[in-house]
Amino acid sequence: MADQVKKSSGFWSKYSQLLVPLLSILIILAFNFFRCLIIGDFTFFSITITNNNIGNKVLTGNLISILNGASELAILAMGMTLVTAACGGQDISVGALAAIAGSMFVKVLRSGEITILTILAGFVACCAVAILFGAFNGTLVSVFKIQPMIATLVLFTCGRSVAYWINGGATPTVESPLITAIGSFIPGIPVPTPILIVVLTGVILALVFRFTTLGLYTQAVGINQRAARLNGINTTWIKLLSFMILGVCCAISGVIAVSRLSLINHETLLLDVEMDAILAVAIGGNALGGGKFKISGSVLGAYAIQALTITLYAMKVPSTDVKAYKAIVIILIVIAGSPVVKAKLSQLWKKIAAGKVRKEAAAG
Amino acid sequence: MTRNNELRRREPLTDTQLLLTITIGIFFTMYFAAMLIWGGGFLRWQQVFDMLNNNAALIIVACGLTIVMIGGGIDISVGGVTALVVMSCIVHMNNGGSIFTAALLALGIGLCFGLAHGFLISYLEIQPFIITLAGMFFARGMTTIVSLEPQKIAHEGFKQLMDTKIEIPWLGYIAKKGNLIPARMEIGVVIALVLVLVVFLVLRFTRLGRNFYAMGGNSQSALMLGVNVKRTRFYSYLISGVLSGIAGFVFMMHTGAGNATNAAGAEMNAIASAIIGGTLLSGGVGNVIGTLFGTLTLTTIKAIVTTSGLRDPWWQSITTGAMLCFFILLQSLVLSIRSKRRVKKTSPQPAPAENTQ
Repeated sequence: MADQVKKSSGFWSKYSQLLVPLLSILIILAFNFFRCLIIGDFTFFSITITNNNIGNKVLTGNLISILNGASELAILAMGMTLVTAACGGQDISVGALAAIAGSMFVKVLRSGEITILTILAGFVACCAVAILFGAFNGTLVSVFKIQPMIATLVLFTCGRSVAYWINGGATPTVESPLITAIGSFIPGIPVPTPILIVVLTGVILALVFRFTTLGLYTQAVGINQRAARLNGINTTWIKLLSFMILGVCCAISGVIAVSRLSLINHETLLLDVEMDAILAVAIGGNALGGGKFKISGSVLGAYAIQALTITLYAMKVPSTDVKAYKAIVIILIVIAGSPVVKAKLSQLWKKIAAGKVRKEAAAG
Repeated sequence: MTRNNELRRREPLTDTQLLLTITIGIFFTMYFAAMLIWGGGFLRWQQVFDMLNNNAALIIVACGLTIVMIGGGIDISVGGVTALVVMSCIVHMNNGGSIFTAALLALGIGLCFGLAHGFLISYLEIQPFIITLAGMFFARGMTTIVSLEPQKIAHEGFKQLMDTKIEIPWLGYIAKKGNLIPARMEIGVVIALVLVLVVFLVLRFTRLGRNFYAMGGNSQSALMLGVNVKRTRFYSYLISGVLSGIAGFVFMMHTGAGNATNAAGAEMNAIASAIIGGTLLSGGVGNVIGTLFGTLTLTTIKAIVTTSGLRDPWWQSITTGAMLCFFILLQSLVLSIRSKRRVKKTSPQPAPAENTQ
């Protein structure tokens, strides 16, 4: 009996963090279900196979566009979780950094004919630039011990201008079937490519965590930096590494965002995504003060945010007003997840449970 | 007691004062350098007043943010609240409202946001970043709900108020034709400067002000010393909300037009001003006078970039970022050197007198 309790509590403590993002997604979907029930129209949930304009068979539907649209956010949320866990702060320059990476990608592509080789070269170049800027942020945070939010404020202020500068002050386009393949569909595969990229990134990160001590060390640094250092962990390097990984994530999402539109607009590319990424981390149940983390939670959080946005669009809310409704839902979610409310609820639950036991005792 | 006095004499500046001194020093050096190199507009007092005229709202917003940051929190909704206030007040006045009710509306919106933020952050213990982020989204979304089209003020009385400028003849300059052009200052600047003074006095001389510092320095010890940490934190967000309401009104007095993208990025500019002014985001250190000079430093950098001929649009924010980076590094270095020296000074004296008690 005792063993069972222990086991269940172990399982509970391992996965309870995922409860909030999962519940958020479920509540949003349930809300949609009732909405569809009322208007008697279930097209929101339908997934159809249609031919797109190149003649491919592709999957379409709101659920697919939730998964597809959240791709950049999900990738950024993975990196942001690591930074949050290691440094106890957030990087607010991810949007700007993605714009820089996207600019670099476009610059390399425009220097010659677009082939798979140049795309690879462009990707390597933009990864290198993003890692460099990530290392800049990371150095400020780990070596100079500046809070992440302030350290990344520097790149936040000037990042989009740097992106503008890289391309010499224009919004160039890159037209190629290969770029469209990255941004929407590869011929023959009905699933949008960004979803595949998210899965690939997730698998690579999962393998890294499975076979290296990165996850453990990051957690140790986040929980107690001094203790981690005394145990022989190079805390500076771990923090720097987390920012560099986030840089790679920014590069990937920058490439996806550029490929979607086949052009780079340094002002609007992934605008305000930093706020959404931090939100995804918070909804995922990760403490913004660092320490324990679950990347899967953040990814689920990203999908919850996108599900909310798509729901609002489906309800014909104008895209400019979406922010207000989103804010209300966010506040409701964080109130439900607040420690004070949780403690009050668990007290109430205990009272009810105690009442039940007493009743049973009385009956027995 | 005597040892304490000795220490104080040896180290006359606190962290707050040191960072403030650095900021003011750098601002004046930069401004004088600009005067010497480019002359022209920099030699006129009007340049200073223009900087104040254009940034009165930013100064007010940054004041509120300074209080929140000294208390160890963050409020990124300020720009959104400012934009919402501008839009709603203009729509209100264009539909027949008076200036007085518009001012009340501005205060009311700010108060509501402050109350909500304060309650959620201090009593429900939710992370301030998330709540004020949601507040920003809400305010920005509400702004477009109030009006999607840009609005222009049509209220006659308010237009007069906008055009009213305080003229200071003895700070003016003689134009080429020989007539004296006095320095012009808007009413918003007076409001901003008065608010800076009030916030400074509150932070320096009232119990509430000292509590902000205590809470930001170490909320646990503040709690043990009998500070009502929750209420203090609540007040800090309340003040920030009200100040961003006032800032919205002042912004409207400067521009006279409402737009969904009003005060875009004001929160980050305000945070940058506060940081340049020597306020630490970790809390406990900061000064509102420094924030004023931080705002002026930021605008001086922008003015210098435009006069020095770097006309490509990206240079302004790249130099701003570089300056911000410089200030952040400088603060970090200064503080770390000081803390090292402090450790060295205190560690060889294990205070035997206290042990014998």
